[in-house]
Amino acid sequence: MANYGTNEFKGGLKIMLDGDPHSIVSNEFVKPGKGQAFARTRVRNLKTGRVVERTFKSGETVEAADVIDTTMQYLYNDGEHWHFMNPDSYEQLAADKAAVGDAYLWLMDEALCEVTLYNGQPLAVTAPNFVEMVIKETDPGLRGDTATGGTKPAHMETGAVVKVPLFIEEGEKIKIDTRSGEYVSRVK
Amino acid sequence: MDTTHWLPGATLDTLRQAARLRQSVRQWMLQQGILEVFTPALSAAGATDPHVASLRTRQGKYLQTSPEFPMKRLLAAHALELADGTSTRVQPDLYQIATVFRAEESGRYHNSEFSLLEWYRIGRDHHALMQDLENLLRHIWDTAELAWPGIESRRYGVEVRRRLGVWPEQATTNDIARYFASAGRSYPESIGGDVDAALDLFIDEFVLPEFAGDAFTLLIDYPVSQCALARLGSDEEGRAVARRFELYFGRLELANGFHELCDATIQRSRFEADLRKRDHLAAERISMDENLLQAMAAGLPDCAGIALGLERLHMVLGQHAHIREVMSFDEQRA
Repeated sequence: MANYGTNEFKGGLKIMLDGDPHSIVSNEFVKPGKGQAFARTRVRNLKTGRVVERTFKSGETVEAADVIDTTMQYLYNDGEHWHFMNPDSYEQLAADKAAVGDAYLWLMDEALCEVTLYNGQPLAVTAPNFVEMVIKETDPGLRGDTATGGTKPAHMETGAVVKVPLFIEEGEKIKIDTRSGEYVSRVK
Repeated sequence: MDTTHWLPGATLDTLRQAARLRQSVRQWMLQQGILEVFTPALSAAGATDPHVASLRTRQGKYLQTSPEFPMKRLLAAHALELADGTSTRVQPDLYQIATVFRAEESGRYHNSEFSLLEWYRIGRDHHALMQDLENLLRHIWDTAELAWPGIESRRYGVEVRRRLGVWPEQATTNDIARYFASAGRSYPESIGGDVDAALDLFIDEFVLPEFAGDAFTLLIDYPVSQCALARLGSDEEGRAVARRFELYFGRLELANGFHELCDATIQRSRFEADLRKRDHLAAERISMDENLLQAMAAGLPDCAGIALGLERLHMVLGQHAHIREVMSFDEQRA
């Protein structure tokens, strides 16, 4: 793999540190007028998700990580693995629980997800920012109550639980922001 | 295609503020009788400072990283011109607002091209210069009708010893690396045995964050190993220190001042040490400025000098978060 110098550091750059792939979250150029320059970064370990601070002396080089983000279509879950397909090449890949993380709550048939590949294997799965789901179970709706701002839990097929306004009924389709897990709107 | 790229980073109001800042500086310099001078941005000699990278034109000239050397040549020349005894005129102090260039410096507080306000006071030391600096800052704050934020001073050696238990000149990279480890902070192994690089990071990581966040701080009594172009002296304890200081606002470095070294022989040996360090760091080979050495041999008057970054001072004045906000076109847009 190629190497990156500290002057190429920027948010999103994928580098190898301590044998694990990392993504640079932020990079700050530190230099006293008459002194040594440093790159103070915050990096996310793409395997564990942990974010740590890491400081480099300017001019150091770091190995690039073979990490790419691809858009893949979710196919099905076989009980152990989640299967995805590259919509262009039809190539299929299986992601384990560690890679899928909490994204499984939002995985529905044919959803286009961002799959991060490390050395060609799924490392992380990000659900689409917005999904539409049918409510499997919730308390009966309070008809006409669109003003009080109260909420109640609603259960989805995938196991996700979303707080919805009181007027929403079982069987209704709603739009959800997967980044916050919050209800956005009703889908007619 | 980004269709906003042609737009400036600074608003019209901010550019007015930049103009007022320079007017305010020039007004104070005029009141003080300090003469404005103009020296070339292109020079045959580059900076030998190990941590300053010069930009070079294709014709082989260097863009100045600071107007220090030509201004010192003027100081020496003026002393010579007025030394024949026939003149009763007093040699003037000098100032300049210079555009300077530093390669590979870019970030929230760095732009490869920026403005240095540099001035020299003859017959004064760095203590008098710190008072001078405070007077200028008070004038600028008064003119801008802002409340004076206050200024305090801290001693480099004391700040280091308070944490490491030893003076900076006694500290090893192992001591410093251990301190980082015990504080749970990241320390680059590539620092190797470079104690000054380790101290630079130590100061940034542990000392600067404890400076008053909304006031000026003068950091004084730099270790001898970081004397740069300052002469040496001793502190309250009789310890050898450089007669050098830096001005900060919060943790932002604004200015660097010296009681200037005037001895050409010592200057030459410091240049040689710089060049050895540059070789060690695999930095570009740069020849030392013989014109400066000749001027110093002819006689640089006893003086104190300081360089202050005007864009950063503007950031402090206007509470700007990024240097691009105070520049018409920063290096990304230039």
